[in-house]
Amino acid sequence: MDMTEIKREGNSIICILKGVLDGTQSIDLSIAELSNKKIQLIGKDVTSWTTDFVVELFNVLRSVPQENIIYSHLPEGMEQLLRLAFQVPAKQEETPPPENSFLERIGQWGITFWGCTRKGIYFIHECIISWGRQLTGNAVYRSKDFWLILSDCGPKSILIVSLISFMVGLILAFVGAIQLKTFGAQIYVASLVTIGMTRIMGAVMTGIIMAGRTGASYAATIGTMQVNEELDALQTMGISHTDFLVLPRINALILSMPILVLLADFMGILGGCFVCVVFWDIPLGEYIKYTLNSFYMNHFLVGIFHGVVFGYIVALCGCYFGVNCGRNADSVGAATTHAVVYSIVWMIVMTGLLTVLFQGLGI
Amino acid sequence: MKKQNPIIRVEHLSIGYEGKVIMRDLSFEIPKGDIFIIMGGSGCGKSTLLRTLTGLIPAQIGQIWIHDIDFINAAPQEKLEISKHSGILYQGGALFSSMTLAENVALPLQQYTDYTPDKISQIVAFKLALVGLGGYEDYYPSEISGGMRKRAGLARALALNPEIVYFDEPSAGLDPISSKNLDDLILEINKTLGTTIIVVTHELPSIFTIGKNSIFLDKTIRTISAKGSPKELLKNPPNQQVYEFLTRGENYEKRTK
Repeated sequence: MDMTEIKREGNSIICILKGVLDGTQSIDLSIAELSNKKIQLIGKDVTSWTTDFVVELFNVLRSVPQENIIYSHLPEGMEQLLRLAFQVPAKQEETPPPENSFLERIGQWGITFWGCTRKGIYFIHECIISWGRQLTGNAVYRSKDFWLILSDCGPKSILIVSLISFMVGLILAFVGAIQLKTFGAQIYVASLVTIGMTRIMGAVMTGIIMAGRTGASYAATIGTMQVNEELDALQTMGISHTDFLVLPRINALILSMPILVLLADFMGILGGCFVCVVFWDIPLGEYIKYTLNSFYMNHFLVGIFHGVVFGYIVALCGCYFGVNCGRNADSVGAATTHAVVYSIVWMIVMTGLLTVLFQGLGI
Repeated sequence: MKKQNPIIRVEHLSIGYEGKVIMRDLSFEIPKGDIFIIMGGSGCGKSTLLRTLTGLIPAQIGQIWIHDIDFINAAPQEKLEISKHSGILYQGGALFSSMTLAENVALPLQQYTDYTPDKISQIVAFKLALVGLGGYEDYYPSEISGGMRKRAGLARALALNPEIVYFDEPSAGLDPISSKNLDDLILEINKTLGTTIIVVTHELPSIFTIGKNSIFLDKTIRTISAKGSPKELLKNPPNQQVYEFLTRGENYEKRTK
């Protein structure tokens, strides 16, 4: 049995509701026919109702002006609910702005790109000036903060850097040895691992670990400070946030990176040694001999230099995205992601540039 | 070029972010020693006005005179000098979470004075005692309640004995008692130290308890629609928005005249 009955009389529509209304009933009205008509809702025979039915009814009637609806004998709660829903007129649909043409989009992208580049360059410039202030003893920062940050990105990173570097050395040796075995030259695995780790792999792996560990933490910490208005407080106290927050972080990473890279190099070589001695039956003495033979100071220093550059990039990206973070939780998440992604991208770009540079210099 | 008297004078100021104007043509004066309320509905630009007055965001057009100095066009050194003479209490206190309360309060003192560490710790202890946090010197902000954080923020704002203290929504997130205590503290500071106090709020009990003067920012017309003492404004409401705001939405037409 149909629970709603619709009568159409000239300029008005009478809608009689009866029985149990639980939202499973269809309301036989089209939105088009409702315009400029009076709608009368009669509900004296309603035995029970649920909000699901009111939702249905509201969706059908939502385009009708409130004054065109007449409520008669509706259950009290139902009428109140409908009146409440109609109280504030629905927001008028705005016509969406016309979609930008291809050229406009390129222009927009260009403007955004230039804006970001300028902000980035300004930030680096600020950091350099801040460094200058530190050299002349005018930078405002607490040495206590510096030591705390240093202990976090130095000693506390040792375990993870050791583990990952050991694994990388292990993999390098394993894969290398399979190939070299075909020439009977397995012993050169030692050279492969030593040169590979000291020249670049140690620095890259440490850089990536620090981007995920420390860079992300910089962005999240400074980003949260931005949300809590702590950066505003610093600014109104006349304290430069670059001095107070960025400088100790950059210094801490630049100082700890060379030591961590050194550790990574050593652990990588140890990983290679483990594979060679345990799986490929190369005597330990032989491995050490070949390792020492292929250890070149220039490779080692190039690796350390990479480490310092990566440390600077990671700290810069972390702090930059933290400082430029928005004022809500989402923005802190985005800042952290950007810090890690941009750190890694810039590290790879810088590796490319430095490799070309050192090649040119014959190092 | 200098102008005389009120401690802050704002002339035809437009405020907003990145080309978007939120409020325009704001003109008002804040006399020395006043408790001045900036009120208005949520999202009307009260906090933006505060951020503009404190130099956190640039003004779009117009002038702000603080201590008879053109604040907008002032040289960085002059701005810093003005900042030194004003303290700000942010909504959540904005204490540095890696520092203890004492270190937080000491920071502006270390930055701007030549006091010895001993003298600084004496001042810090006094300022913390002033806001009812004596003995909490070595606590970190995460170890105390929201109301205490605000009071600690106030101690930091008062560290350099400022002539002006700005409050951004001091009652936000506080229970009625803490909120009242903070209001009392504001009154005390105003009375005993003669500090000019500027409060951004929409909390009616606070407005009537502490407010000597006020402006009402109207979102619909995007400028000031009423000025004067809050109690006076309630008695003789100049327009419907102000009346509804000050009476929690009572009908303007049915008001007792």
